Amino acid sequence: MIRIENLTKQYDATTVVDDVSFDVERNSITVIVGTSGSGKSTLLRMINRLVEPTSGRVLLDGADTRSEPAHLLRRRIGYAIQGNGLFPHRTVAENVATVPRLLGWPEERIRARVTELLEIFQLDPALYASALPHQLSGGQQQRVGVARALAAEPAVLLMDEPFGALDPIIRDKAQEDLLDIQRRFGTTVVFVTHDMDEAFRLGHRIAVMSQGRLLQYDRPATLLTHPADAFVARMTGLSDRALKLLALTTAGEAALPGSSDGPRVASSASLREVLSELLWRRADSALVSGEDGAPCGRLTVAAILARAHP
Amino acid sequence: MSFANFLRLAALALLLTFLLSPQSFAPLFAPLTHYGAPPIYDQGNLLELALAQLATVLCAAAASTVVAVGLGIFVTRPAGAQFLPLSRTLVNIGQTFPPVAVLAVAVPLVGFGEKPTLIALFAYGLLPIFENTIAGLRSSPRAVLEAASGMGMSAGQRLRRVELPLAMPLILEGIRLSLVISVGTATIGSTVAAKGLGEVIIAGLLSSNTAFILQGGLVTGLMAVLLYDALVALERRLAPAVPLD
Amino acid sequence: MAITAPRQRVDRLGLLLTAAGAAALIGLPFVVFKSNRIVPGEPRALHEVLPLWAALGFQAVLLGDAAVALGVADGRRRLAAALAGIVVLALAVAAAANGLTPPGNKVVRIAPGGASWVLLVSLGLMATDAITRLRPGPLARVLLLALTLVIAGAALAIGTFDNLSVMREYAVNAGRFRAELLRHLWLAGGSLIAALIVGLPLGILCHRVPRLRPPLLGTLNVVQTIPAIALFGILMAPLGALAARVPAAAALGIRGIGAAPAVVALFLYSLLPIVADTVVGLRRVSHEAVEAALGMGMTDNQVLSRIELPLALPVILTGIRVVLVQNIGMVTIAALIGGGGLGTFVFQGIGQNAIDLVLLGAIPIVVLAFSASVLLDALIEALDRTTSVSAGARA
Repeated sequence: MIRIENLTKQYDATTVVDDVSFDVERNSITVIVGTSGSGKSTLLRMINRLVEPTSGRVLLDGADTRSEPAHLLRRRIGYAIQGNGLFPHRTVAENVATVPRLLGWPEERIRARVTELLEIFQLDPALYASALPHQLSGGQQQRVGVARALAAEPAVLLMDEPFGALDPIIRDKAQEDLLDIQRRFGTTVVFVTHDMDEAFRLGHRIAVMSQGRLLQYDRPATLLTHPADAFVARMTGLSDRALKLLALTTAGEAALPGSSDGPRVASSASLREVLSELLWRRADSALVSGEDGAPCGRLTVAAILARAHP
Repeated sequence: MSFANFLRLAALALLLTFLLSPQSFAPLFAPLTHYGAPPIYDQGNLLELALAQLATVLCAAAASTVVAVGLGIFVTRPAGAQFLPLSRTLVNIGQTFPPVAVLAVAVPLVGFGEKPTLIALFAYGLLPIFENTIAGLRSSPRAVLEAASGMGMSAGQRLRRVELPLAMPLILEGIRLSLVISVGTATIGSTVAAKGLGEVIIAGLLSSNTAFILQGGLVTGLMAVLLYDALVALERRLAPAVPLD
Repeated sequence: MAITAPRQRVDRLGLLLTAAGAAALIGLPFVVFKSNRIVPGEPRALHEVLPLWAALGFQAVLLGDAAVALGVADGRRRLAAALAGIVVLALAVAAAANGLTPPGNKVVRIAPGGASWVLLVSLGLMATDAITRLRPGPLARVLLLALTLVIAGAALAIGTFDNLSVMREYAVNAGRFRAELLRHLWLAGGSLIAALIVGLPLGILCHRVPRLRPPLLGTLNVVQTIPAIALFGILMAPLGALAARVPAAAALGIRGIGAAPAVVALFLYSLLPIVADTVVGLRRVSHEAVEAALGMGMTDNQVLSRIELPLALPVILTGIRVVLVQNIGMVTIAALIGGGGLGTFVFQGIGQNAIDLVLLGAIPIVVLAFSASVLLDALIEALDRTTSVSAGARA
């Protein structure tokens, strides 16, 4: 859906982004991860042309992003940043309604969309629609920021470390919400972060960047089992890579046919969690049950360990 | 030497040359006059007038510094805390009084000449210094003050050794602002017969002699700029900027 | 870092004010009587100018006020007492003036004496202190100001103070007063508007192109150091030449003397606060809000008009307030070059050594400047409250 072709950005003598190319699949979350100075934010901002590339191009659904004025392009792409950038002098509802207003939607449609989004993000419209940003907590402000980015039903959502300023518990919820929202709306998300754990939790595909260059672009599991170089390996974490790999698969995906009288685990739990539970209970096998509560298989410690390496 | 320093010295040299030997600038000002009017102010000694104005300004500044800093210290102590809100309101109100009005009201009370000008400059100069003193004293970091008390300093020692030195940059800035505004305002004093460069300007206004007006105005302006500059340099020596955060 | 003093039983400010008021009433004249404009004034004490019942009543009110000042802590009661005291004082002075003026005589001049002024200042301080402690919101402050102006205006209109020397001067100059007052407002307001029209775009430009800041702000700073009368004077020659060479300019009223050089000079003086405050205001708008706005697809102009300017408004309004108060004061000096305005009374008064004429000019100037300051401050605070823009400013 998004094709990034040989994007390069140079400021005077410094090359901030160096000949990066990759494709972003429709209806997925791609996480660009790297340390500060790796060029990840600049890369993101070249997608919606807040930064103009020195060379290379971005194709959105096959069309060059430069084929229309920048501000029109950006009205079709959602953009959420660290610190939110909520307009302090506008109410929550007005903030969320910004892009639909720019696009000239009829009032009725705007109002309906704002109410819908506030409800999805668990902000009671009756209470919060006419509140001002400074009256909300940090977590609530962050939710308004994402709601605002999605207001005009964009096909693409760009996020630049949007959860960076949140405390761990709220960040966890925010990540969960994002996964939910993405599944619900089918948006293509490009997400920038420096937090590897966040990348692993959210990303269908991860792009690892360092000093402007793209080191590897793969599924999370592949990053663990086949890192492109020592740097990527170190970044993804050498010390507990086996456990990280286990965390990427759910019990439901790995369940073997059969039953067990060991502890019950949900099919949505990760293998890492199941292993932990089995070790704790000193059991050999667990019974996997689906969402409805009905048993759908079993998992043994051996079976799990078999998946803990490339 | 840096370009800025060169400019400064050049400006100072220009000013002094002009004040000490004004007639040598006559050809420069001649085109601005007509009907053979004198190009250089001849009804008094320019150097004397400049010094007189400077003296008035410095006198008033010294008085307002003493009073303003004293009051500032008083209202930030427990004994004077009751007066703090009122004093800040008065400062705000005082800033809306045009200096001309103060001057005008002072004349019938104390007569013409230097006195009303001094009073007006004193009153108008109080405000920036007072406000900055309060701001400076109140911005002492709590941790530093607690450490000082914890070490056994009396309140007076704390004031002298910790609070005032920390407040010095802001206080000096207030004095600087006050002085520079005063230099300009003092020219109005000439309308009430105070000795100063305003005399030159008014003479020029009365006889439509642009040369006089320029001389008075430019000398005052140059004095103000050089004074501002000198004080900034002095400030840097006396109170190197200490980040208080 | 001061710790608030424990509540004293006797209010210190009250003590100070009561002492000052009492000393003044005993030692200074209540009013000053002049049989005509030129002779020096003769002091008159309180009991000489008011009938006994009035004098005693007046002193009773003052005593009551002193008691409140010394012992009552509640802000509202103190304010009420102070305001009542001021009203009674004003009426007493007016009554004294009426009493001392032989019927039909327009020549005698009666002015408040030292005691009256000290009492007025003391009561005024008491009222100010009470208001400060009450911490009224912006709307309350504006209403209080409006109420005071209306009551004072009404009292003046019905002639309560007609026998006071200031009002006598007014009576002599009534026609001119109105004209000069309007002119004063015109000059102060007009130069402000001109400075806004030029200064706001300049400020926005300086914000967008940081390289422009040092030269532009430096130049404007230099302009500020030129004393006002000098700048007025310097502008006279070119404007005079302009009027002489270009008939259209002369037809518009531009001449070498009068309002034109004053307006141009005031315009130049107003530029620095406006440009500087616009730049500062825009700089304090949170970068994230601007980035988000751009990222959402607003054009540069939309970001400016919908995000940056509204958020920079409180600081810009502060600049406007500074300029308006400054200009109201400086128009006074314009009288020296024939510009008109209330300054004409001030300088005439100085020339004739007639303080009443000076007051006729100076009091309205001070009232105007003070009112402008209160109104704009209230507006700034009201804006800040509805948006808590401080939340949008960068840390």
